[in-house]
Amino acid sequence: MNVMSILSADWLRESIYIICVMLFIFGLKMLSNPRTARKGNLLSASAMIFAIIITIFEKNIQGYQIIMVANIVALTTGYFMAKKVPMTAMPEMVAIFNGFGGIASALVAVSEYYERTGKLDDLQLSSVTIAEQVVQTTGSIPGFHGNIIVFITLFLSILIGMVTFSGSFIAFGKLAEWISGKPVKYFMQHYLNLLMFVATLVIAVLMFLEPANANYFWYIAGIAFVLGITLTIPIGGADMPVVISLLNSYSGIAVAMTGFVLSNNLLIIAGSLVGASGIILTQIMCKAMNRSLVNVIFGGLGGDVAAGDGEAGHVGNFKSMGAEEAGMILDMAETVIIIPGYGMAVSQAQHAVKELAKLLEKRGVDVKFAIHPVAGRMPGHMNVLLAEAGIDYDKLYDMEINRQFSNTDISIVIGANDVVNPAAKTNPSSPIYGMPVLNVEESRQVLVLKRSMKPGFAGIENDLFYKENTTMVFGDAKKTIEAITRSLEEMGAK
Amino acid sequence: MDIVQIMMVLYVFILAVFVGFELIAKVPPTLHTPLMSGSNAISGITILGAIIVAGKYSNWSHWTGILGFFAVLFAALNVYGGYLVTDRMLQMFKTKKEKNKEN
Repeated sequence: MNVMSILSADWLRESIYIICVMLFIFGLKMLSNPRTARKGNLLSASAMIFAIIITIFEKNIQGYQIIMVANIVALTTGYFMAKKVPMTAMPEMVAIFNGFGGIASALVAVSEYYERTGKLDDLQLSSVTIAEQVVQTTGSIPGFHGNIIVFITLFLSILIGMVTFSGSFIAFGKLAEWISGKPVKYFMQHYLNLLMFVATLVIAVLMFLEPANANYFWYIAGIAFVLGITLTIPIGGADMPVVISLLNSYSGIAVAMTGFVLSNNLLIIAGSLVGASGIILTQIMCKAMNRSLVNVIFGGLGGDVAAGDGEAGHVGNFKSMGAEEAGMILDMAETVIIIPGYGMAVSQAQHAVKELAKLLEKRGVDVKFAIHPVAGRMPGHMNVLLAEAGIDYDKLYDMEINRQFSNTDISIVIGANDVVNPAAKTNPSSPIYGMPVLNVEESRQVLVLKRSMKPGFAGIENDLFYKENTTMVFGDAKKTIEAITRSLEEMGAK
Repeated sequence: MDIVQIMMVLYVFILAVFVGFELIAKVPPTLHTPLMSGSNAISGITILGAIIVAGKYSNWSHWTGILGFFAVLFAALNVYGGYLVTDRMLQMFKTKKEKNKEN
Protein backbone atom coordinates (compact mmCIF):
# COMPACT_ATOMS: atom_id res chain seq x y z
CA MET A 1 0.00 0.00 0.00
CA ASN A 2 1.40 3.36 -0.92
CA VAL A 3 0.60 6.65 0.74
CA MET A 4 -1.87 7.72 -1.93
CA SER A 5 -3.98 4.62 -1.57
CA ILE A 6 -4.20 5.14 2.19
CA LEU A 7 -5.09 8.80 1.83
CA SER A 8 -7.83 7.98 -0.63
CA ALA A 9 -9.23 5.14 1.47
CA ASP A 10 -12.88 5.48 2.41
CA TRP A 11 -12.29 4.42 6.01
CA LEU A 12 -9.72 7.15 6.57
CA ARG A 13 -11.89 9.84 5.03
CA GLU A 14 -14.96 8.77 6.97
CA SER A 15 -12.93 8.65 10.22
CA ILE A 16 -11.65 12.16 9.66
CA TYR A 17 -15.20 13.28 8.91
CA ILE A 18 -16.24 11.95 12.34
CA ILE A 19 -13.49 13.97 13.99
CA CYS A 20 -14.64 17.02 12.01
CA VAL A 21 -18.20 16.55 13.27
CA MET A 22 -16.92 16.56 16.85
CA LEU A 23 -14.82 19.66 16.21
CA PHE A 24 -17.81 21.49 14.69
CA ILE A 25 -19.95 20.64 17.72
CA PHE A 26 -17.27 21.67 20.21
CA GLY A 27 -16.60 24.79 18.20
CA LEU A 28 -20.26 25.81 18.28
CA LYS A 29 -20.45 25.05 21.98
CA MET A 30 -17.46 27.30 22.67
CA LEU A 31 -19.13 30.06 20.65
CA SER A 32 -21.65 30.45 23.47
CA ASN A 33 -19.14 32.18 25.76
CA PRO A 34 -17.28 35.36 24.78
CA ARG A 35 -14.13 34.06 26.43
CA THR A 36 -13.94 30.83 24.47
CA ALA A 37 -15.71 31.98 21.32
CA ARG A 38 -12.59 32.78 19.31
CA LYS A 39 -11.06 29.38 20.01
CA GLY A 40 -14.35 27.76 19.13
CA ASN A 41 -14.34 29.45 15.75
CA LEU A 42 -10.75 28.32 15.14
CA LEU A 43 -11.72 24.76 16.06
CA SER A 44 -14.57 24.87 13.59
CA ALA A 45 -12.28 26.37 10.92
CA SER A 46 -9.67 23.66 11.43
CA ALA A 47 -12.36 20.99 11.07
CA MET A 48 -13.26 22.57 7.75
CA ILE A 49 -9.63 22.53 6.58
CA PHE A 50 -9.18 18.86 7.56
CA ALA A 51 -12.37 17.94 5.73
CA ILE A 52 -11.29 19.82 2.59
CA ILE A 53 -7.80 18.28 2.54
CA ILE A 54 -8.94 14.69 2.97
CA THR A 55 -11.67 15.16 0.35
CA ILE A 56 -9.10 16.28 -2.21
CA PHE A 57 -7.62 12.76 -2.06
CA GLU A 58 -10.95 11.18 -2.97
CA LYS A 59 -10.29 8.53 -5.61
CA ASN A 60 -12.76 9.89 -8.15
CA ILE A 61 -10.81 13.11 -8.39
CA GLN A 62 -8.85 13.23 -11.61
CA GLY A 63 -7.21 16.63 -11.53
CA TYR A 64 -6.44 19.33 -9.03
CA GLN A 65 -6.03 22.37 -11.24
CA ILE A 66 -9.60 23.64 -11.11
CA ILE A 67 -9.89 22.99 -7.37
CA MET A 68 -6.65 24.82 -6.64
CA VAL A 69 -7.36 27.84 -8.84
CA ALA A 70 -10.84 28.25 -7.36
CA ASN A 71 -9.51 27.93 -3.82
CA ILE A 72 -6.73 30.45 -4.33
CA VAL A 73 -9.09 32.99 -5.92
CA ALA A 74 -11.57 32.47 -3.07
CA LEU A 75 -8.94 32.68 -0.37
CA THR A 76 -7.52 35.99 -1.59
CA THR A 77 -10.93 37.53 -2.32
CA GLY A 78 -12.37 36.23 0.95
CA TYR A 79 -9.37 37.51 2.88
CA PHE A 80 -9.73 41.04 1.56
CA MET A 81 -13.49 41.07 1.98
CA ALA A 82 -13.18 39.87 5.58
CA LYS A 83 -10.44 42.35 6.47
CA LYS A 84 -11.80 45.42 4.71
CA VAL A 85 -15.49 45.30 5.47
CA PRO A 86 -16.51 47.93 8.05
CA MET A 87 -18.21 46.43 11.10
CA THR A 88 -21.31 48.48 10.33
CA ALA A 89 -21.68 46.53 7.07
CA MET A 90 -21.62 43.13 8.75
CA PRO A 91 -25.26 42.30 7.88
CA GLU A 92 -24.50 42.87 4.19
CA MET A 93 -21.40 40.70 4.46
CA VAL A 94 -23.28 37.82 6.07
CA ALA A 95 -26.00 38.13 3.43
CA ILE A 96 -23.46 37.87 0.59
CA PHE A 97 -21.65 34.87 2.05
CA ASN A 98 -24.98 33.24 2.68
CA GLY A 99 -25.89 33.74 -0.97
CA PHE A 100 -22.59 32.16 -2.05
CA GLY A 101 -23.32 29.12 0.12
CA GLY A 102 -26.76 28.81 -1.46
CA ILE A 103 -25.52 28.97 -5.04
CA ALA A 104 -22.70 26.50 -4.30
CA SER A 105 -25.23 23.94 -3.04
CA ALA A 106 -27.38 24.57 -6.09
CA LEU A 107 -24.43 24.07 -8.47
CA VAL A 108 -23.53 20.77 -6.82
CA ALA A 109 -27.16 19.76 -7.28
CA VAL A 110 -26.97 20.63 -11.00
CA SER A 111 -23.96 18.39 -11.45
CA GLU A 112 -25.58 15.58 -9.49
CA TYR A 113 -28.69 15.80 -11.60
CA TYR A 114 -26.76 15.40 -14.84
CA GLU A 115 -24.70 12.59 -13.45
CA ARG A 116 -27.62 10.66 -12.03
CA THR A 117 -29.59 10.86 -15.23
CA GLY A 118 -26.60 9.49 -17.13
CA LYS A 119 -26.35 12.61 -19.25
CA LEU A 120 -22.66 13.03 -18.81
CA ASP A 121 -21.66 10.36 -21.34
CA ASP A 122 -20.71 13.00 -23.85
CA LEU A 123 -17.78 13.96 -21.65
CA GLN A 124 -14.27 12.79 -22.20
CA LEU A 125 -13.51 11.17 -18.88
CA SER A 126 -9.93 10.30 -18.23
CA SER A 127 -10.28 6.91 -16.57
CA VAL A 128 -13.39 6.13 -14.56
CA THR A 129 -16.47 6.59 -16.65
CA ILE A 130 -19.05 7.49 -14.08
CA ALA A 131 -21.66 7.76 -16.79
CA GLU A 132 -21.21 4.08 -17.57
CA GLN A 133 -21.61 3.14 -13.94
CA VAL A 134 -24.78 5.16 -13.83
CA VAL A 135 -26.31 3.35 -16.78
CA GLN A 136 -25.33 -0.03 -15.36
CA THR A 137 -26.66 0.50 -11.85
CA THR A 138 -29.77 2.49 -12.55
CA GLY A 139 -31.72 2.64 -9.30
CA SER A 140 -35.33 2.22 -8.46
CA ILE A 141 -36.42 5.23 -10.51
CA PRO A 142 -36.23 4.50 -14.25
CA GLY A 143 -33.68 6.77 -15.90
CA PHE A 144 -32.42 8.05 -12.56
CA HIS A 145 -29.59 6.60 -10.55
CA GLY A 146 -30.77 6.76 -6.97
CA ASN A 147 -33.83 6.13 -4.86
CA ILE A 148 -36.76 8.35 -3.98
CA ILE A 149 -34.91 10.00 -1.06
CA VAL A 150 -32.08 11.00 -3.37
CA PHE A 151 -34.59 12.34 -5.86
CA ILE A 152 -36.53 14.37 -3.30
CA THR A 153 -33.44 15.80 -1.64
CA LEU A 154 -31.95 16.65 -5.02
CA PHE A 155 -35.12 18.60 -5.79
CA LEU A 156 -34.99 20.30 -2.37
CA SER A 157 -31.33 21.22 -2.63
CA ILE A 158 -31.82 22.96 -5.98
CA LEU A 159 -35.01 24.64 -4.70
CA ILE A 160 -33.67 25.83 -1.35
CA GLY A 161 -30.21 26.57 -2.74
CA MET A 162 -31.62 28.90 -5.40
CA VAL A 163 -34.09 30.58 -3.01
CA THR A 164 -31.21 31.19 -0.58
CA PHE A 165 -29.09 32.59 -3.38
CA SER A 166 -31.48 35.13 -4.84
CA GLY A 167 -33.11 35.88 -1.47
CA SER A 168 -29.74 36.66 0.11
CA PHE A 169 -28.81 39.02 -2.69
CA ILE A 170 -32.11 40.88 -2.39
CA ALA A 171 -31.50 41.10 1.36
CA PHE A 172 -28.02 42.42 0.58
CA GLY A 173 -29.46 45.00 -1.79
CA LYS A 174 -31.93 46.16 0.84
CA LEU A 175 -29.28 46.36 3.55
CA ALA A 176 -26.87 48.26 1.33
CA GLU A 177 -29.80 50.43 0.26
CA TRP A 178 -29.22 49.65 -3.39
CA ILE A 179 -32.88 48.78 -3.50
CA SER A 180 -35.63 50.26 -1.35
CA GLY A 181 -35.78 49.04 2.21
CA LYS A 182 -39.51 49.64 2.15
CA PRO A 183 -41.73 46.62 1.71
CA VAL A 184 -42.50 46.19 -2.01
CA LYS A 185 -46.07 45.10 -2.47
CA TYR A 186 -48.16 44.27 -5.48
CA PHE A 187 -51.43 42.67 -6.41
CA MET A 188 -51.98 39.04 -5.31
CA GLN A 189 -48.38 38.86 -4.11
CA HIS A 190 -48.72 35.97 -1.70
CA TYR A 191 -50.92 33.96 -4.03
CA LEU A 192 -48.34 34.34 -6.77
CA ASN A 193 -45.63 33.10 -4.40
CA LEU A 194 -47.79 30.16 -3.40
CA LEU A 195 -48.52 29.46 -7.05
CA MET A 196 -44.81 29.41 -7.87
CA PHE A 197 -44.10 27.05 -5.00
CA VAL A 198 -46.86 24.69 -6.11
CA ALA A 199 -45.53 24.91 -9.66
CA THR A 200 -42.12 23.64 -8.53
CA LEU A 201 -43.83 20.68 -6.86
CA VAL A 202 -45.81 19.88 -10.01
CA ILE A 203 -42.70 20.13 -12.16
CA ALA A 204 -40.86 17.90 -9.69
CA VAL A 205 -43.53 15.23 -10.23
CA LEU A 206 -43.16 15.60 -14.00
CA MET A 207 -39.41 15.30 -13.58
CA PHE A 208 -39.92 12.16 -11.53
CA LEU A 209 -41.88 10.61 -14.40
CA GLU A 210 -39.30 11.68 -16.96
CA PRO A 211 -35.99 12.28 -15.19
CA ALA A 212 -33.99 12.57 -18.39
CA ASN A 213 -35.80 15.75 -19.43
CA ALA A 214 -33.41 18.40 -18.20
CA ASN A 215 -35.89 21.17 -19.01
CA TYR A 216 -37.88 20.28 -15.93
CA PHE A 217 -34.81 20.60 -13.79
CA TRP A 218 -34.02 24.05 -15.14
CA TYR A 219 -37.63 25.20 -14.77
CA ILE A 220 -37.39 24.35 -11.07
CA ALA A 221 -34.09 26.22 -10.74
CA GLY A 222 -35.53 29.24 -12.55
CA ILE A 223 -38.76 29.40 -10.54
CA ALA A 224 -36.81 28.95 -7.30
CA PHE A 225 -34.59 31.89 -8.28
CA VAL A 226 -37.62 34.13 -8.87
CA LEU A 227 -39.27 32.86 -5.69
CA GLY A 228 -36.23 33.90 -3.63
CA ILE A 229 -36.67 37.44 -4.95
CA THR A 230 -40.43 37.66 -4.51
CA LEU A 231 -40.30 36.18 -1.00
CA THR A 232 -37.70 38.69 0.20
CA ILE A 233 -38.75 41.87 -1.56
CA PRO A 234 -41.96 42.46 0.47
CA ILE A 235 -40.10 42.35 3.78
CA GLY A 236 -39.33 45.73 5.34
CA GLY A 237 -35.92 46.96 6.45
CA ALA A 238 -36.77 46.76 10.13
CA ASP A 239 -37.59 43.06 9.77
CA MET A 240 -34.17 42.29 8.32
CA PRO A 241 -32.85 40.50 11.44
CA VAL A 242 -35.54 37.86 10.92
CA VAL A 243 -34.87 37.49 7.21
CA ILE A 244 -31.11 37.17 7.64
CA SER A 245 -31.59 34.50 10.31
CA LEU A 246 -34.08 32.67 8.15
CA LEU A 247 -31.85 32.71 5.07
CA ASN A 248 -29.00 31.48 7.24
CA SER A 249 -31.18 28.58 8.24
CA TYR A 250 -32.11 27.88 4.59
CA SER A 251 -28.47 27.71 3.55
CA GLY A 252 -27.88 25.08 6.24
CA ILE A 253 -30.90 23.06 5.15
CA ALA A 254 -29.74 23.23 1.52
CA VAL A 255 -26.38 21.79 2.61
CA ALA A 256 -28.07 19.00 4.57
CA MET A 257 -30.14 18.12 1.49
CA THR A 258 -26.99 18.04 -0.64
CA GLY A 259 -25.58 15.72 2.03
CA PHE A 260 -28.48 13.31 1.46
CA VAL A 261 -27.88 13.38 -2.29
CA LEU A 262 -24.17 12.65 -1.87
CA SER A 263 -24.81 10.35 1.13
CA ASN A 264 -22.24 12.36 3.01
CA ASN A 265 -22.90 12.40 6.76
CA LEU A 266 -20.61 15.35 7.40
CA LEU A 267 -22.69 17.53 5.08
CA ILE A 268 -25.91 16.29 6.66
CA ILE A 269 -24.71 17.02 10.20
CA ALA A 270 -23.02 20.36 9.53
CA GLY A 271 -26.00 21.50 7.46
CA SER A 272 -28.44 20.48 10.20
CA LEU A 273 -26.44 22.35 12.83
CA VAL A 274 -26.54 25.52 10.75
CA GLY A 275 -30.20 25.01 9.91
CA ALA A 276 -31.07 24.59 13.59
CA SER A 277 -29.04 27.64 14.62
CA GLY A 278 -30.76 29.77 11.99
CA ILE A 279 -34.19 28.60 13.13
CA ILE A 280 -33.40 29.39 16.77
CA LEU A 281 -32.18 32.88 15.92
CA THR A 282 -35.25 33.42 13.76
CA GLN A 283 -37.43 32.40 16.69
CA ILE A 284 -35.59 34.72 19.10
CA MET A 285 -35.99 37.62 16.68
CA CYS A 286 -39.69 36.94 16.15
CA LYS A 287 -40.29 36.69 19.88
CA ALA A 288 -38.44 39.99 20.40
CA MET A 289 -40.96 41.60 18.07
CA ASN A 290 -43.94 39.64 19.37
CA ARG A 291 -44.74 38.53 15.85
CA SER A 292 -45.05 35.15 14.24
CA LEU A 293 -42.76 34.14 11.43
CA VAL A 294 -45.76 33.98 9.10
CA ASN A 295 -46.58 37.57 10.02
CA VAL A 296 -43.04 38.75 9.25
CA ILE A 297 -42.89 36.97 5.91
CA PHE A 298 -46.37 37.90 4.74
CA GLY A 299 -47.08 40.98 6.85
CA GLY A 300 -44.82 43.54 5.21
CA LEU A 301 -44.92 45.88 8.21
CA GLY A 302 -44.45 49.54 7.44
CA GLY A 303 -45.32 51.67 4.44
CA ASP A 304 -49.08 51.56 4.07
CA VAL A 305 -49.61 50.54 7.69
CA ALA A 306 -47.96 53.74 8.85
CA ALA A 307 -49.99 55.84 6.45
CA GLY A 308 -53.19 54.65 8.09
CA ASP A 309 -51.76 55.35 11.50
CA GLY A 310 -51.02 59.00 10.82
CA GLU A 311 -54.04 60.23 12.76
CA ALA A 312 -52.42 59.22 16.03
CA GLY A 313 -52.76 62.91 16.75
CA HIS A 314 -49.48 64.30 17.91
CA VAL A 315 -47.98 66.76 15.56
CA GLY A 316 -45.84 69.32 17.35
CA ASN A 317 -45.62 69.25 21.15
CA PHE A 318 -42.10 67.97 21.28
CA LYS A 319 -39.07 69.69 22.77
CA SER A 320 -35.68 69.91 21.19
CA MET A 321 -32.33 71.29 22.21
CA GLY A 322 -28.79 71.58 20.92
CA ALA A 323 -25.87 69.33 21.72
CA GLU A 324 -24.35 71.86 24.13
CA GLU A 325 -27.44 71.96 26.30
CA ALA A 326 -27.58 68.20 26.20
CA GLY A 327 -24.03 68.18 27.53
CA MET A 328 -25.16 70.41 30.40
CA ILE A 329 -27.95 68.02 31.29
CA LEU A 330 -25.51 65.12 31.29
CA ASP A 331 -23.25 67.12 33.59
CA MET A 332 -25.71 66.51 36.38
CA ALA A 333 -26.41 62.85 35.75
CA GLU A 334 -25.18 60.02 37.93
CA THR A 335 -26.67 57.09 36.09
CA VAL A 336 -26.92 56.91 32.31
CA ILE A 337 -28.25 54.21 30.00
CA ILE A 338 -27.39 54.41 26.31
CA ILE A 339 -29.79 52.77 23.84
CA PRO A 340 -28.21 52.33 20.41
CA GLY A 341 -30.13 51.52 17.25
CA TYR A 342 -29.58 51.25 13.53
CA GLY A 343 -29.01 55.02 13.34
CA MET A 344 -25.76 54.53 15.26
CA ALA A 345 -24.57 52.11 12.60
CA VAL A 346 -25.59 54.41 9.75
CA SER A 347 -23.60 57.36 11.05
CA GLN A 348 -20.72 55.10 12.25
CA ALA A 349 -21.07 56.68 15.67
CA GLN A 350 -19.85 53.75 17.78
CA HIS A 351 -16.41 55.24 18.44
CA ALA A 352 -17.88 58.62 19.38
CA VAL A 353 -20.26 56.80 21.72
CA LYS A 354 -17.33 55.06 23.35
CA GLU A 355 -15.56 58.41 23.91
CA LEU A 356 -18.67 59.86 25.51
CA ALA A 357 -19.07 56.79 27.73
CA LYS A 358 -15.41 56.99 28.73
CA LEU A 359 -15.71 60.65 29.67
CA LEU A 360 -18.89 60.04 31.65
CA GLU A 361 -17.25 57.19 33.54
CA LYS A 362 -14.27 59.35 34.28
CA ARG A 363 -16.69 61.75 35.93
CA GLY A 364 -18.01 58.94 38.10
CA VAL A 365 -21.18 58.30 36.13
CA ASP A 366 -22.54 54.77 35.96
CA VAL A 367 -22.93 54.01 32.22
CA LYS A 368 -24.78 51.00 30.84
CA PHE A 369 -25.94 49.99 27.39
CA ALA A 370 -29.40 48.61 26.69
CA ILE A 371 -29.60 46.58 23.51
CA HIS A 372 -32.89 45.34 22.16
CA PRO A 373 -32.61 41.96 20.39
CA VAL A 374 -33.81 43.42 17.08
CA ALA A 375 -31.89 46.71 17.25
CA GLY A 376 -30.00 47.07 13.97
CA ARG A 377 -30.23 44.90 10.92
CA MET A 378 -29.13 41.52 12.21
CA PRO A 379 -29.09 39.66 15.53
CA GLY A 380 -26.37 41.12 17.76
CA HIS A 381 -25.56 43.94 15.30
CA MET A 382 -25.20 46.61 18.03
CA ASN A 383 -23.09 44.35 20.26
CA VAL A 384 -20.53 43.89 17.50
CA LEU A 385 -20.28 47.62 16.83
CA LEU A 386 -19.82 48.47 20.51
CA ALA A 387 -17.26 45.68 20.87
CA GLU A 388 -15.42 47.16 17.89
CA ALA A 389 -15.31 50.53 19.64
CA GLY A 390 -13.80 48.77 22.66
CA ILE A 391 -16.73 48.78 25.06
CA ASP A 392 -16.67 45.90 27.53
CA TYR A 393 -19.30 43.32 26.81
CA ASP A 394 -20.24 43.12 30.49
CA LYS A 395 -21.69 46.64 30.17
CA LEU A 396 -24.13 45.52 27.49
CA TYR A 397 -27.56 44.46 28.71
CA ASP A 398 -30.57 43.08 26.88
CA MET A 399 -34.22 43.31 27.96
CA GLU A 400 -33.29 42.40 31.54
CA ILE A 401 -32.26 46.05 32.04
CA ASN A 402 -35.90 47.17 31.85
CA ARG A 403 -36.32 47.26 35.63
CA GLN A 404 -33.43 49.70 35.98
CA PHE A 405 -34.79 52.56 33.89
CA SER A 406 -36.85 53.93 36.78
CA ASN A 407 -33.62 54.43 38.77
CA THR A 408 -31.85 56.10 35.88
CA ASP A 409 -31.20 59.80 35.50
CA ILE A 410 -30.80 59.99 31.76
CA SER A 411 -31.45 57.61 28.88
CA ILE A 412 -29.73 58.48 25.62
CA VAL A 413 -31.46 56.96 22.59
CA ILE A 414 -29.07 56.94 19.64
CA GLY A 415 -30.79 56.20 16.36
CA ALA A 416 -33.18 53.65 17.86
CA ASN A 417 -36.89 54.02 17.24
CA ASP A 418 -39.42 51.21 17.34
CA VAL A 419 -37.61 49.36 20.14
CA VAL A 420 -38.24 52.30 22.52
CA ASN A 421 -41.77 53.13 21.39
CA PRO A 422 -44.14 53.04 24.38
CA ALA A 423 -47.06 52.70 21.95
CA ALA A 424 -46.16 49.02 21.89
CA LYS A 425 -47.46 48.86 25.46
CA THR A 426 -50.29 51.39 25.42
CA ASN A 427 -51.81 51.69 21.96
CA PRO A 428 -53.62 48.55 20.77
CA SER A 429 -54.05 50.04 17.30
CA SER A 430 -50.31 50.42 16.79
CA PRO A 431 -48.79 47.92 14.36
CA ILE A 432 -46.12 47.09 16.92
CA TYR A 433 -48.57 46.68 19.82
CA GLY A 434 -47.43 43.83 22.06
CA MET A 435 -43.78 43.96 21.06
CA PRO A 436 -41.50 43.96 24.12
CA VAL A 437 -39.79 47.37 24.21
CA LEU A 438 -37.21 49.10 26.39
CA ASN A 439 -38.95 51.25 29.04
CA VAL A 440 -36.78 54.32 28.49
CA GLU A 441 -39.65 56.71 29.27
CA GLU A 442 -39.40 55.59 32.92
CA SER A 443 -36.04 57.27 33.37
CA ARG A 444 -36.00 60.82 34.69
CA GLN A 445 -35.02 62.33 31.40
CA VAL A 446 -34.71 60.98 27.87
CA LEU A 447 -32.47 62.40 25.18
CA VAL A 448 -33.35 61.17 21.69
CA LEU A 449 -30.62 61.66 19.09
CA LYS A 450 -32.22 61.63 15.67
CA ARG A 451 -31.90 63.23 12.26
CA SER A 452 -35.46 64.58 12.14
CA MET A 453 -38.97 63.85 13.32
CA LYS A 454 -39.54 61.52 10.40
CA PRO A 455 -40.68 58.05 11.48
CA GLY A 456 -38.06 55.29 11.23
CA PHE A 457 -37.59 52.43 8.81
CA ALA A 458 -40.78 50.73 9.91
CA GLY A 459 -42.66 53.98 9.35
CA ILE A 460 -44.44 54.06 12.71
CA GLU A 461 -45.00 57.19 14.78
CA ASN A 462 -43.14 57.12 18.09
CA ASP A 463 -45.06 58.29 21.18
CA LEU A 464 -41.80 58.58 23.11
CA PHE A 465 -40.79 61.72 21.23
CA TYR A 466 -43.83 63.56 22.59
CA LYS A 467 -43.42 62.60 26.24
CA GLU A 468 -42.87 65.34 28.75
CA ASN A 469 -39.48 64.09 29.91
CA THR A 470 -38.21 63.56 26.36
CA THR A 471 -35.98 66.02 24.55
CA MET A 472 -34.96 65.63 20.93
CA VAL A 473 -31.42 66.45 19.81
CA PHE A 474 -31.49 66.68 16.01
CA GLY A 475 -28.57 65.99 13.72
CA ASP A 476 -26.18 63.30 12.60
CA ALA A 477 -25.62 60.94 15.54
CA LYS A 478 -21.85 60.97 15.32
CA LYS A 479 -21.53 64.75 15.13
CA THR A 480 -24.08 65.27 17.88
CA ILE A 481 -22.32 62.88 20.25
CA GLU A 482 -18.97 64.46 19.53
CA ALA A 483 -20.46 67.88 20.27
CA ILE A 484 -22.00 66.63 23.52
CA THR A 485 -18.65 65.16 24.57
CA ARG A 486 -16.91 68.45 23.79
CA SER A 487 -19.38 70.52 25.78
CA LEU A 488 -19.08 68.10 28.69
CA GLU A 489 -15.29 68.30 28.54
CA GLU A 490 -15.38 72.08 28.59
CA MET A 491 -17.39 72.01 31.77
CA GLY A 492 -14.48 70.37 33.49
CA ALA A 493 -14.61 67.94 36.38
CA LYS A 494 -17.72 67.71 38.53
CA MET B 1 -29.15 2.77 -0.57
CA ASP B 2 -31.49 0.24 0.97
CA ILE B 3 -34.07 1.04 3.62
CA VAL B 4 -31.61 0.51 6.50
CA GLN B 5 -29.20 3.04 5.04
CA ILE B 6 -32.00 5.50 4.41
CA MET B 7 -33.12 5.21 8.03
CA MET B 8 -29.54 5.66 9.21
CA VAL B 9 -29.11 8.97 7.40
CA LEU B 10 -32.50 10.12 8.68
CA TYR B 11 -31.41 9.30 12.23
CA VAL B 12 -28.20 11.25 11.69
CA PHE B 13 -30.19 14.19 10.33
CA ILE B 14 -32.71 14.29 13.17
CA LEU B 15 -30.11 13.88 15.92
CA ALA B 16 -27.97 16.61 14.38
CA VAL B 17 -30.93 19.00 14.35
CA PHE B 18 -31.51 18.32 18.05
CA VAL B 19 -27.83 18.83 18.87
CA GLY B 20 -27.97 22.10 16.94
CA PHE B 21 -30.98 23.33 18.93
CA GLU B 22 -29.32 22.43 22.23
CA LEU B 23 -26.02 24.10 21.32
CA ILE B 24 -27.39 27.35 19.98
CA ALA B 25 -30.16 27.96 22.52
CA LYS B 26 -27.53 28.93 25.09
CA VAL B 27 -25.67 31.54 23.02
CA PRO B 28 -26.00 35.00 24.64
CA PRO B 29 -27.39 37.88 22.50
CA THR B 30 -23.98 39.58 22.52
CA LEU B 31 -22.61 36.78 20.35
CA HIS B 32 -25.51 36.47 17.93
CA THR B 33 -23.73 38.14 15.02
CA PRO B 34 -20.52 36.07 15.30
CA LEU B 35 -22.66 32.97 15.79
CA MET B 36 -24.50 33.72 12.60
CA SER B 37 -21.41 34.41 10.53
CA GLY B 38 -19.59 31.45 12.11
CA SER B 39 -22.42 29.04 11.41
CA ASN B 40 -22.70 30.56 7.97
CA ALA B 41 -19.06 29.61 7.38
CA ILE B 42 -19.90 26.05 8.44
CA SER B 43 -22.58 25.91 5.76
CA GLY B 44 -19.70 26.32 3.31
CA ILE B 45 -19.08 22.61 3.98
CA THR B 46 -20.91 22.09 0.72
CA ILE B 47 -17.39 22.69 -0.67
CA LEU B 48 -16.78 18.95 -0.18
CA GLY B 49 -19.41 18.20 -2.80
CA ALA B 50 -18.09 21.02 -4.98
CA ILE B 51 -14.53 19.65 -4.84
CA ILE B 52 -15.70 16.27 -6.08
CA VAL B 53 -17.63 17.90 -8.93
CA ALA B 54 -14.63 20.02 -9.93
CA GLY B 55 -12.12 17.21 -9.57
CA LYS B 56 -14.04 14.46 -11.32
CA TYR B 57 -14.08 16.21 -14.66
CA SER B 58 -11.05 18.36 -14.26
CA ASN B 59 -11.46 19.84 -17.70
CA TRP B 60 -11.61 23.59 -18.31
CA SER B 61 -12.93 23.18 -21.81
CA HIS B 62 -16.14 21.49 -20.77
CA TRP B 63 -19.07 23.07 -18.97
CA THR B 64 -18.84 20.67 -16.04
CA GLY B 65 -15.33 21.96 -15.36
CA ILE B 66 -16.63 25.51 -15.33
CA LEU B 67 -19.57 24.42 -13.17
CA GLY B 68 -17.17 22.76 -10.73
CA PHE B 69 -14.96 25.83 -10.71
CA PHE B 70 -17.80 28.12 -9.69
CA ALA B 71 -19.17 25.63 -7.17
CA VAL B 72 -15.77 25.46 -5.43
CA LEU B 73 -15.23 29.21 -5.77
CA PHE B 74 -18.51 30.20 -4.12
CA ALA B 75 -18.35 27.56 -1.41
CA ALA B 76 -14.72 28.47 -0.66
CA LEU B 77 -15.57 32.17 -0.46
CA ASN B 78 -18.27 31.25 2.04
CA VAL B 79 -15.75 29.21 4.04
CA TYR B 80 -12.67 31.44 4.05
CA GLY B 81 -14.44 34.79 4.15
CA GLY B 82 -16.88 33.52 6.78
CA TYR B 83 -14.26 32.20 9.19
CA LEU B 84 -11.93 35.16 8.77
CA VAL B 85 -14.61 37.75 9.37
CA THR B 86 -15.93 35.82 12.38
CA ASP B 87 -12.44 35.70 13.84
CA ARG B 88 -12.04 39.43 13.26
CA MET B 89 -15.27 40.08 15.14
CA LEU B 90 -14.57 37.74 18.03
CA GLN B 91 -11.19 39.35 18.56
CA MET B 92 -13.02 42.49 19.62
CA PHE B 93 -15.14 40.95 22.38
CA LYS B 94 -13.30 41.69 25.60
CA THR B 95 -13.93 42.79 29.17
CA LYS B 96 -11.77 45.31 30.95
CA LYS B 97 -9.98 42.56 32.85
CA GLU B 98 -9.05 40.74 29.68
CA LYS B 99 -7.76 43.96 28.14
CA ASN B 100 -5.61 44.66 31.17
CA LYS B 101 -4.19 41.16 31.08
CA GLU B 102 -3.00 41.74 27.54
CA ASN B 103 -1.28 45.02 28.26
